[in-house]
Amino acid sequence: MDKLAMRDVYGETLLELGRIYENLVVLDADVSKSTKTISFAKAFPDRFFDVGIAEANLMGISAGIASTGKIVFASTFSVFASGRAYDQVRQSIAYPNRNVKIVATHCGITAGEDGAMHQAFEDIALMRSIPNMRVIAPSDGVETRKVIEKIAELPGPFYVRLARPATPVIFDESYEFKLGRGTILREGKDGVVVACGIMTYIALDAVKILLKDGIDIGVVNMSSIKPIDIGLISSLSKKYRYIFSCEDHNIIGGLGSAIAEVLPPTEARLIRIGLNDEFGDSGKFEELLKFYKLDPFSIAERIREAISNDRI
Amino acid sequence: MIYDLGRLAEIARRVRYNTLYMITKAGSGHPGGSLSAVDIMVALYFNVMRYKIEDPLWEDRDRFILSKGHACPALYAIFYELGIISREELDTLRKPGSRLQGHPDIKKLPWAEFSSGSLGQGLSFAVGVALAGKIDKKDYYTFVLIGDGESQEGQIWEAAMSARKFKLNNLIGITDRNGLQIDGETESIMPIDPLADKWRAFGWNVLEIDGHNFSQIISAIERAKESKDLPTMIIAHTIKGKGVSFMENVVDFHGKAPSQKEWELASVELGGGSIG
Ligand SMILES: Cc1ncc(C[n+]2csc(CCOP(=O)(O)OP(=O)(O)O)c2C)c(N)n1
Ligand SMILES: [Mg+2]
Repeated sequence: MDKLAMRDVYGETLLELGRIYENLVVLDADVSKSTKTISFAKAFPDRFFDVGIAEANLMGISAGIASTGKIVFASTFSVFASGRAYDQVRQSIAYPNRNVKIVATHCGITAGEDGAMHQAFEDIALMRSIPNMRVIAPSDGVETRKVIEKIAELPGPFYVRLARPATPVIFDESYEFKLGRGTILREGKDGVVVACGIMTYIALDAVKILLKDGIDIGVVNMSSIKPIDIGLISSLSKKYRYIFSCEDHNIIGGLGSAIAEVLPPTEARLIRIGLNDEFGDSGKFEELLKFYKLDPFSIAERIREAISNDRI
Repeated sequence: MIYDLGRLAEIARRVRYNTLYMITKAGSGHPGGSLSAVDIMVALYFNVMRYKIEDPLWEDRDRFILSKGHACPALYAIFYELGIISREELDTLRKPGSRLQGHPDIKKLPWAEFSSGSLGQGLSFAVGVALAGKIDKKDYYTFVLIGDGESQEGQIWEAAMSARKFKLNNLIGITDRNGLQIDGETESIMPIDPLADKWRAFGWNVLEIDGHNFSQIISAIERAKESKDLPTMIIAHTIKGKGVSFMENVVDFHGKAPSQKEWELASVELGGGSIG
């Protein structure tokens, strides 16, 4: 499988969009080499602004620029975009519905070796609970491109959460991202995993492991966390006895919670897989997947256990 | 611990060596800003500060807060010198479960005083610690090291105003003025000059020194301690990557580990360490 880093794709897509939209402006806070906004900075130096290490200011300035009818992309690491500048995002961007696209990289455990202080497991929760804010966690490089192109078209604020490392490509170019829609990647019989971000490809791997044991689990990519695909969740709850949400985020407030909020009264059991109300730790991304039992084998084990415990 | 200048230089050399050893071994980390801060931190731990290694939470200790937490490999190398961490632990930097996290983690390593990593927060914490010292009528000093890029955070200046208001002459800030941040030179990314004038305007006692000169570092701290009711900011002019010729003033070595080859060159320049 090919691999792409979402943030690399983001940088390339910004370049394309810069040519299409003359009113597109990009801001960063001293991490442009890491968020990859640097490629836009080089191509369009007059439309790129580095505000230095000042995330609150980043969001405030972005709101001001957007108020004059421009499309603004503001980037930094997810921990700072969502946490450090939370109030500015809420008051200056979301409340007046400003056209600011917050594209945050190094999400969740993909911040890796930098450790707890750089790993936001709460950003989906924070951003999701702000009115007007839409939250998307693309699952691969291809989807990242589609999402970035789409949000440039749509007015109003977005929070997009991107991973740091190169991860397997799931989608092909024919894929179309639709806001508020999930994608069924695989049908199953015994249950379904609803995942977002990097956990989608990991869920696909986990499901392959389970298939060898005769456990047949479907996979849905729910990159659009807000708005969420209520119709799809409702139909999943009718078809499957088990729904496993899967995210590299605290199980409080993230995708699992978003699903629980719209799950109709049902026989289906929702089991939330993610970070268990804890802070992060240093390590390479792959090491951390194992450390937090979010690697394919651990997830397969978790699903197997849930299903067999219930059968007893 | 009061070591003479010759001893300090030798310790600093080993600390630089072990800092780079750890980062190379980990395969990621921040060599530039660690190396620029080594001499300041060595002066504090081996000449200036009062503390008990075996009792990291001793009430009367002087505190050192590394606000620019990405320089923690240098802090860990100092903790190694002090016997707080072992030789084997040097190999665990940035690994899951290690006490040597990518940024200082006081839950695992209480000697670190503050879990930094989100830039701009250490000075406020230091103001609180110094203020508590006043409340409790303690005579400890609170030292805090901030980056020059870090000084772009608004919170730094909020803290600056409060330290002056509360007359925290027991608070001694040091700015690692290496002129660089991630995206380039501070003066092109977001100018902070005239830095000394800014701190003066915020009501601080300001001193400027060569941050690689031990006698200047130590005498600046002595002068800061004489301050009657002002907090002091020591602007330490430093070289990012100091001590390794091909890293000095190279912005790309902010957050890039040396390759094996680079490590071999660097280790020769640093004259070997206390490890293999
Ligand atoms: C709030 C926050 N924003 C961004 C970062 C990412 N970051 C880590 S180091 C760094 C540059 C720091 O520059 P400076 O303070 O000058 O440190 P030094 O040159 O001493 O390494 C940045 C932007 C961070 N750690 N915290
Ligand atoms: Mg600097």
